[in-house]
Amino acid sequence: MKNDIWIVAEQHQGKVAGISFELLTRGLALAAKSGQKLCAMLFGHNIEESGLQELIDRGADMVAVIDAPELKNFLVEPYSQCMLEILRKYEPQIVLAGATSSGRTVLPYVAMTAHTGLTADCTELDIEPESGLLLQTRPAIGGNIMATIKCPDFRPQMATIRPRSTPQAPRLAGRAGTIERLPLPEKAKFSRVRFDRFIPEEEEFNLQDAERIVVVGRGIKKAENLPLIRELADALGAAVGATREVIDRGWLSYPHQIGLSGKTVTPKFYFAVGVSGAIQHLAGMQTSETIVAVNSDPEAQIFQVADFGIVGNLFEVLPPLIEKIKRGEKAW
Amino acid sequence: MRIAVCIKQVPDTKSVKMDPTTGTVVRKGVQSIVNPLDLYALETALQMKETYGAETVAVSMGPPQAIEAVKEAIAMGIDGGALISDRAFAGSDTWATAYILAAAIKQLGHFDLIICGERATDGDTGQIGPEIAAELDMPTVTYVNKLIAAEAKAVKVSRLVEDGAEEVAMELPGVLTVVKEVGEPRLPTLRGKLKAKSTEITSMALKDLELNTSYIGLKGSPTRVVKIFQPKVVRECRKVYAENEGMVEEAVEQLVGFLKSREVLAS
Ligand SMILES: Cc1cc2nc3c(=O)[nH]c(=O)nc-3n(C[C@H](O)[C@H](O)[C@H](O)COP(=O)(O)OP(=O)(O)OC[C@H]3O[C@@H](n4cnc5c(N)ncnc54)[C@H](O)[C@@H]3O)c2cc1C
Ligand SMILES: Nc1ncnc2c1ncn2[C@@H]1O[C@H](COP(=O)(O)O)[C@@H](O)[C@H]1O
Repeated sequence: MKNDIWIVAEQHQGKVAGISFELLTRGLALAAKSGQKLCAMLFGHNIEESGLQELIDRGADMVAVIDAPELKNFLVEPYSQCMLEILRKYEPQIVLAGATSSGRTVLPYVAMTAHTGLTADCTELDIEPESGLLLQTRPAIGGNIMATIKCPDFRPQMATIRPRSTPQAPRLAGRAGTIERLPLPEKAKFSRVRFDRFIPEEEEFNLQDAERIVVVGRGIKKAENLPLIRELADALGAAVGATREVIDRGWLSYPHQIGLSGKTVTPKFYFAVGVSGAIQHLAGMQTSETIVAVNSDPEAQIFQVADFGIVGNLFEVLPPLIEKIKRGEKAW
Repeated sequence: MRIAVCIKQVPDTKSVKMDPTTGTVVRKGVQSIVNPLDLYALETALQMKETYGAETVAVSMGPPQAIEAVKEAIAMGIDGGALISDRAFAGSDTWATAYILAAAIKQLGHFDLIICGERATDGDTGQIGPEIAAELDMPTVTYVNKLIAAEAKAVKVSRLVEDGAEEVAMELPGVLTVVKEVGEPRLPTLRGKLKAKSTEITSMALKDLELNTSYIGLKGSPTRVVKIFQPKVVRECRKVYAENEGMVEEAVEQLVGFLKSREVLAS
C-alpha cells in the first residue's frame, strides 16, 4: 500500500466523523483518475468497530488504525507522531485532511517536520493528466480569486479540504477492504499539552454543521429586533448567524460570525437578512447551496451571489413570510 | 517571561475593490495594514505582560515597509521589534516562511511564548503558527479564545473547536495562535507612537540568519501557484421588488414558491 492516496479520517468520542466520508468522496474521485488505491488513517481511543467498516463501505481500500488511550483527545504531538509513522511506513503520494480545528493544526505540524508542501482549505482537487500531480484549488483574497497550487518535488502532496464543500461518499455495504492496526509509536506517548476538559457550545447546534442558516446583518437596526430573526430561523429549522457589524455591536456573540474573520459555512440554505454582502462576508458563505437575500438596497452586493432576492424592507417582508411558513407547516 | 508576537503586513481588504469590467482585484492605492487578526495576538501578549510581567517583541517578515507594522505594535505597547527582510525571501510559501521566522526567533534569543494570529487575511492559511512550533520543536495550541492562567513553565488556555471549547495546559516554551475572542485590541497611544519613533528595530537579512538557502524564497518553497483565476459566477439572482404592501405579499408568495422548488419548504 505504498504510493497511494490517503485521507485523514476523524473520530469524536470513538465515532467516525462525517468529514471522513467527505474526504472519501474527494479521494475516490482522485483514485479513479490516477488508478491508485484509497487508504484512510484514523487515530483515537475506543474507536467503534462499525466505523472502520463504514470507512471501507464508503470507499477506503485500507484503513490504518492506531487506537490508544493517549489518543483519546486531540493533542498535536501524539497525533503528529502517528501521522509521521504512516508517512514513513506507507509513503503516501497524497494526504487529504479536513480543514477542521484539528486538521488545520496537525497537518502544518506534520508538513513542516516531513518537509513538504501543504495547501490550506481547498475547495477543488484534480489530477494533472501529464504529470499525475495533485492540483489543489482554493479561494484567496476573500474568495475573489481562486488559486491552483501544486507540490511537484516533495512528498506527500498534502492538503486540507474545506468541510462541507462536497457530499459524503455513499455507503456500499459489503465493499472489500482491509483494516490494519498499528501500535502506538513510542514518540506518540509524550505530549507537552495536557487536555483538561471539553465545554460544549451553549448554542443548540453548531453553525458549521447547520444545514440551514438565517444570517442577520446591520439592517436589523438594533438588538431588540433580533426576536424577529429567531422566529424566522425557528420556522425554518435554521441556525442563526451574523455579519461582523452585528458582532461588533455586541448584538450576538462571536461564534455567530460568518466571513473572513469568522466561520466559513456551506449550508444547503443560506438566508441573508439586512446583509450588504461585503467581500469579507461573502468569503465565508458564497459556496452555500441555495442563497436568498432580503435587502432594501437594490444594488446590495449580496444579490450578486444570491439565487433569489427580495428588494424590500425586512420589517415588512419577514412577518408575512414567517406567517406563511408556519401555516404551511400546519397544512403539512 | 519573554514573548514573541508574529505579525504580518497585509493589504487592507476593506479597500480592496473588484474591477467590474476585468473582474480582477484592484490593488492600486490599496493601503498596507497590520493583519487585523494579528492585533489579537498583540493584545494577548500585552495582557500577559500586564498580568504576569513579560518582555514582548514583535517580529515581522516582509518588504522594508513592513517596519510600519512593527512600529504600530510598539505604539500599542510592545517593547521591541524585529524586521526580517531580504530579497531572497520573496515568494516564500508557508513552509519557507515558517522556516525563516523560526530561524529569526531563535536568533533573537530564548522565548517562553510565541503568539501568532489565527491566520493572515491575504494568504489565509493559518499554517504559520503550527509550522513555527514544529520547526522549533515546541508544543502548540491553536484557536485560543481565552487565557486562563500562566506560570513560569506553563499556560492554561481555552481553545475553540467545532462544537465547543477545550481547556488545555501547555508546557513552555510553546506557540499559541489566538482568535478574536481573546479580547478587543487596544489602540496605539500617543506615548506609544513616540516610543515607536525612538525604539531601535532589529533588522535581519539572509546573512544574519542560519539558513539553508535552498529552503527559502520562491525556489525553496515546496508549493507552487500554477494558476490564478476568477471564480465562476453561476448564480443568477431572481430579484423581486417589494416596495409597497401589495408587492410585499406578491414577493413573499414568489419566495415561498422558490423555496418549495428548492425543497427548503415542503410543497
Ligand atoms: C479584515 C476584515 C475582516 C472582516 N471579516 C468579516 C467577517 O468575517 N464577516 C463579516 O460579516 N464581515 C467582515 N468584515 C466586515 C465587512 O467588511 C462588512 O463591514 C460587514 O460584513 C457588513 O455587515 P452588514 O452587512 O451587516 O452591514 P452593512 O454593510 O451596514 O449592511 C447592512 C445592509 O442592510 C440593509 N438594510 C438596512 N435596513 C434594512 C431594512 N429595513 N430592510 C432590509 N435591508 C435593510 C442595507 O441596505 C445594507 O445593505 C471584515 C472586514 C475586514 C476589514
Ligand atoms: N510574514 C510574516 N511575518 C510574521 N508573521 C507572520 C508572517 N506570515 C504569517 N505570520 C503569522 O502567522 C499567522 C498565520 O498566517 P498564515 O499562515 O499566513 O495565514 C499570522 O496571523 C501571523 O501571526
